Amino acid sequence: MNGFITIVRRDLRLAQRQGMDYIMVVMFFVIAVVLFPFGVGPEPNILARIAAGVIWVAALLSSLLSLERLFQADYEDGSLELLVLSPVTLEIAVLAKITAHWVTTGLPLIIAAPLLGVLLNMPAEGFPMLILALALGTPSLSLIGAVGAGLILGSRRGGVLLALLILPLYIPVLIFGVSTVDAVIGGFESKAQLLILAGFLLAALPLCPWAAAAAVRQSVE
Amino acid sequence: MSMMLHRFANPTRFLRIATVVQPWMAGLTIVVGGAGLYLGLFNSPADYQQGESVRMMYVHVPASWMALFVYTGMAVSAAIGLIWKHPLADLMAKSSAPIGACFTFLALFTGALWGKPMWGAWWVWDARLTSMLVLFFLYLGYMALINAFDDPSRGVRASSILLLVGVVNVPIIKFSVEWWNTLHQPASVMKLGGPSIDAAMLWPLLLMAIAYTTYYIWVLLIRVRGEIIANRVRVLRLKQVHS
Repeated sequence: MNGFITIVRRDLRLAQRQGMDYIMVVMFFVIAVVLFPFGVGPEPNILARIAAGVIWVAALLSSLLSLERLFQADYEDGSLELLVLSPVTLEIAVLAKITAHWVTTGLPLIIAAPLLGVLLNMPAEGFPMLILALALGTPSLSLIGAVGAGLILGSRRGGVLLALLILPLYIPVLIFGVSTVDAVIGGFESKAQLLILAGFLLAALPLCPWAAAAAVRQSVE
Repeated sequence: MSMMLHRFANPTRFLRIATVVQPWMAGLTIVVGGAGLYLGLFNSPADYQQGESVRMMYVHVPASWMALFVYTGMAVSAAIGLIWKHPLADLMAKSSAPIGACFTFLALFTGALWGKPMWGAWWVWDARLTSMLVLFFLYLGYMALINAFDDPSRGVRASSILLLVGVVNVPIIKFSVEWWNTLHQPASVMKLGGPSIDAAMLWPLLLMAIAYTTYYIWVLLIRVRGEIIANRVRVLRLKQVHS
């Protein structure tokens, strides 16, 4: 547990000192969403209809954008090897890095999402559910993404490859994340979708650090 | 189990067995596939609802089965390769990937051709179709990852882990027609209580499934042999450079 907290604090401090890196992810998120009114036209009805989907897709892509750096910097300067050799179980260390990643990218996305909902004319009753769905969904995105981030270490053109590996696995989270919000806006019960999102998170929580640790281990072997 | 694996993990012994088995697989594919196609296209009844277009089933269904079967086989090979470090298991997984991707593509493509007259659309965003598309992307991702490293053994290890992660999709595809209320029809052959399909249609379908399987083994043997020979060439070249 001590090791876990130490690694989370280290990564958060690194993120804080590098400053702009993580602001850029949120900026990308905002800009990607803002492109849609230009693409599909500014009619409020259409925008309201697609708002949840657009915000979710943009959140997915922003999360992907930052994932490439999850292990890359540590891999390049050699601290990843020390992490593998350290007495902290690698699975725990990976989970700590994922936690730090979510705090630095997932949380800002959740905070920025309601603002974008306003820009896209999303109905007011959808907002609490959008935040709740993102809060349940974005940790799953970080967890699943970490597996891909571990696999691409040391490969050529890692970023593009990461998108190819991870985006198909993001689809279930996207489907249920969007349908949670859409159900509420349409006046339906959305408990089932929320439970499924929570189920994804609970399944990903033990399995993904395990797979990601295996990926990291083979990369430094 | 482990002893048996060791026996067949020897590339030289594999090559010897492959040379014997390969023409048989080729012959079986042609004979059984020919019989299945003849029965399916000319000598089986048209469906009472779908009419003649039901014959699409004889190419579509076995392709989908193979897409799942090949992926599962690759995942098992990858696990064997990761745990016991058998080079042949890794080669099996690597050589299966393009074949499996082709089967998946064939299933999606024939499904689109079948969907147009039956559902009125080439493509619908239904659970079965979507999960099959994800499987196709998993195949592509695997092939991209295995070739993305300068050190081939790194690529094999990384992509083996990816294969095992992707296994979560296999049960989703299999049960997608039961869990969700989909446009795609539920299973009518591989289910509890026996197949609910008439024998006149079941026979050509099973023949085609056998032909697809032997075709897969046939092409797989060719590809694995090619990989083994390519490895030998690489080693010989390195020796030449060093001497």
